[in-house]
Amino acid sequence: MDLVTFGVQLLNAVQYGMVLFLVASGLTLVFGILGVINLAHGAFYMLGAYLAYWIATYTGSFALAMAGGVAIAFVVGLLLETVFIRRLYGRDHLAQVLLSFGLILSIDEAREILFGKDVHSVAPPAWLAGSFQLTDNLSYPVYRLAICAFCLVVAALIFLVVTRTRIGMIVRAGAENREMTRVLGIRFDVVNRYVFAVGIALAALGGIVVAPVSTVFPGMGDGMLILSFVVVVLGGIGSVAGAAIGALLIGLTDTFGKVFFPSVSSVLIYVLMAAVLLWRPNGILGRREV
Amino acid sequence: MSEVALSATALDKHFGGLRAVSGVSVDVHVGEVHAVIGPNGAGKSTLINLLSGELFANAGRIMLGDADITRLAPDRRARAGLGRAYQKTTIFPKFTVHENVRLAAQARSPHRLRMFGGVGSDAAVRARAAEAIARVGLAGREAVIAEALSHGEQRQLEIAMVLATDPRIVLLDEPLAGMGQAEARGIIALIASLKQGRAVLIVEHDMDAVFALADRLTVMHDGRVIASGPPQEVRMHPAVRAAYLGDHGADA
Amino acid sequence: MMPRWLVPLVLLAIAAALPFGVSTYYVQFIGKAFIMGMLAMALNLAVGHGGMVSICHAAFFGLAGYVLALMSPGYDPASLVLTLPVAAAASGFVALVIGALALRTRGAYFIMVTLAFGEMMFFLFHDTDIAGGSDGTYVNAKPEIAIAGHRLLDLASPLAFYYVVLALLIATIVLLTVLLRSPFGHALAAARDNERRARSLGFPVYRIRLTAFAISGAIAGVAGYFATAQFGFVAPEMLGWHLSATVLVMVLIGGLRSVTGPLVGALVLIGLEEVLKASTDYWKLAEGLIVILIVLSMPNGVRQLWPLIFGATGDAATRPARVPAEANHV
Repeated sequence: MDLVTFGVQLLNAVQYGMVLFLVASGLTLVFGILGVINLAHGAFYMLGAYLAYWIATYTGSFALAMAGGVAIAFVVGLLLETVFIRRLYGRDHLAQVLLSFGLILSIDEAREILFGKDVHSVAPPAWLAGSFQLTDNLSYPVYRLAICAFCLVVAALIFLVVTRTRIGMIVRAGAENREMTRVLGIRFDVVNRYVFAVGIALAALGGIVVAPVSTVFPGMGDGMLILSFVVVVLGGIGSVAGAAIGALLIGLTDTFGKVFFPSVSSVLIYVLMAAVLLWRPNGILGRREV
Repeated sequence: MSEVALSATALDKHFGGLRAVSGVSVDVHVGEVHAVIGPNGAGKSTLINLLSGELFANAGRIMLGDADITRLAPDRRARAGLGRAYQKTTIFPKFTVHENVRLAAQARSPHRLRMFGGVGSDAAVRARAAEAIARVGLAGREAVIAEALSHGEQRQLEIAMVLATDPRIVLLDEPLAGMGQAEARGIIALIASLKQGRAVLIVEHDMDAVFALADRLTVMHDGRVIASGPPQEVRMHPAVRAAYLGDHGADA
Repeated sequence: MMPRWLVPLVLLAIAAALPFGVSTYYVQFIGKAFIMGMLAMALNLAVGHGGMVSICHAAFFGLAGYVLALMSPGYDPASLVLTLPVAAAASGFVALVIGALALRTRGAYFIMVTLAFGEMMFFLFHDTDIAGGSDGTYVNAKPEIAIAGHRLLDLASPLAFYYVVLALLIATIVLLTVLLRSPFGHALAAARDNERRARSLGFPVYRIRLTAFAISGAIAGVAGYFATAQFGFVAPEMLGWHLSATVLVMVLIGGLRSVTGPLVGALVLIGLEEVLKASTDYWKLAEGLIVILIVLSMPNGVRQLWPLIFGATGDAATRPARVPAEANHV
């Protein structure tokens, strides 16, 4: 493999890992703060992609698709938290798993009613549509670089919010000591609702961002859900930094696995997960004793 | 000198930069109640967790009789003859008193994981369970679901479970916590009777109970042992008076 | 009201007489529901009795199907006596490996890890050329028991197939009942209810759970073997986590603390699906909403209705969370 190809693959790996981080951070946020394991997270990733396709088709604007898709997902998140998810706080994991499975079935069918089950593609915004010519027969799409840049900005924002702001403090305190924050007079019902909506919006955002570089298809949410879980297992539950490490590891493993070991590439990330489980059962940045 | 049931030598345990236990040695003798005391944060709970295997020491050695149990998991230590009761009563709340104690007796039976035959068919297990229940004074309460027992009765039940595993040493973590005076008297008498033929290590804050029960005393402060010996000696130890007993010691 | 001990006998008599009362379609339909019931009971050994919420049992189910497909010689029937044990052992072994890794974690982590490893099995058959890749493969002839070319049992007959499945269903119920009443079963329940106490009494919790998980996987494999034999076809979807989650729904409907509850849950859910499919194009939407409703309204499954019908029962291993009468006096 020459240096240019290696560089291209590395970029692909990073870009893939960044999107994965976007989606998985939403999952880990919802789990870490609400204590709810949400299997429907992947369904919102899929829904985001379909929303992007739908809005972009009708308006011709990718920017509108992005804003609209995220906004719709956010509102749906608020609604779902109010109607269903809040009833899960304090319930066992089994109830959470099954309620979110029920949500998946419903969302899948709703998607089929609204958008059908066809496979679609979405055009990237015109100003990002070109590619860089690297060598005579190798080029790299500008949009993929834009994904990296965009995800970096969002990731930085997430870190800033979680580590620097009052809301982030509440969020971290809530994850570690619910009683204490209740004493401080923080309205948990409100915080919870917005945390869930943000988590959902992050999943949808991931789906929207990748829509132009992958295809939009019904089963895309399942794959993403599993990968997000692997990210969380690798990184450690509730750790945003861990999620970033896990996501990049998977991006690298998957991308280079496909190059070097194409026949077993789909199994490699699970081998990675097994190795981490043997080494540190609570994840790379997970707390040792739970 | 009586036989040493459990001997810990130079135990170290640190969490990150915090040294919770450092260089702690303790010998617990058969036929004795050995009390570990010290102010909050002295490392008593960490020590008891190191002895029972819920935490692993960073350095040091733990011998149970002739067996080195330093690296053994809690279940292996239990089968080797170490029984423990927790600060927060730890029982099977949905099981009856009899089922709780029977499970404990089963854990020491050679057939503890047999996959056929009813669980009540092992006569030796049943007998040991009945004996332990009678010993702690819960006879007649066998059919009660454990979570319906009073706090004191749950403590008795937990001790019955420990006894049913036929341990050579019993570790008790604040057995009197949250207990009324009358209840406490019963438990103190029960603990005093436990040392017949075995060793007892107890961590307790109630000084009256400690001085009533202990044959030997170890005082911890900041993760270290600052004094150890018979209660009357330790009581007079200057370091102990300074660090821990304070005014209480001066008045005595 | 008939005496309690009579209930299973009457149900068994009805099940045995069923092929003479309904059409072949329904005999096969009930057979399929029984197979799913077996899978749900197997899963519940891990979930309800062991406290291990697994979302990868479809992988054990489907794997056994693939073993049958791979061991079937072209258009000739495979030997049941040879292939069934191999299929069950393969599923049990994979459950042992996945369980060994997943049981290093707890709670939500365990769920995620089982889900991920289950999907690994899915991709293993989906992305490679083993047995037709994503298209799946056919099992052209149903397995048989034959001695020296003389057929003793031929599963190609719907009636024979039904009775074999019924016999295995009963065997599963007996096996699970014996297991749960044994010292092992009580140790498993103890580890579920209070892991720390079970360990400090001397129970090797990890080994107990892993053993139960592997047994559960092997039984799931037996169910998958017969499901494949019945459909005559196996595809990667059979290993997918949507099936695992659906079976979890059956377990929840039937109730977590009994042996046969999940079987009832399977019959209820499969019956419900059949009705929904017949009455609306959007049956999955309806099913999803019904699942949500069940989770929210009946945390202990439709089993909550059982005591009203049959009266309360059970020993410690199977006792539901209930407040005993004495609690009122404390």
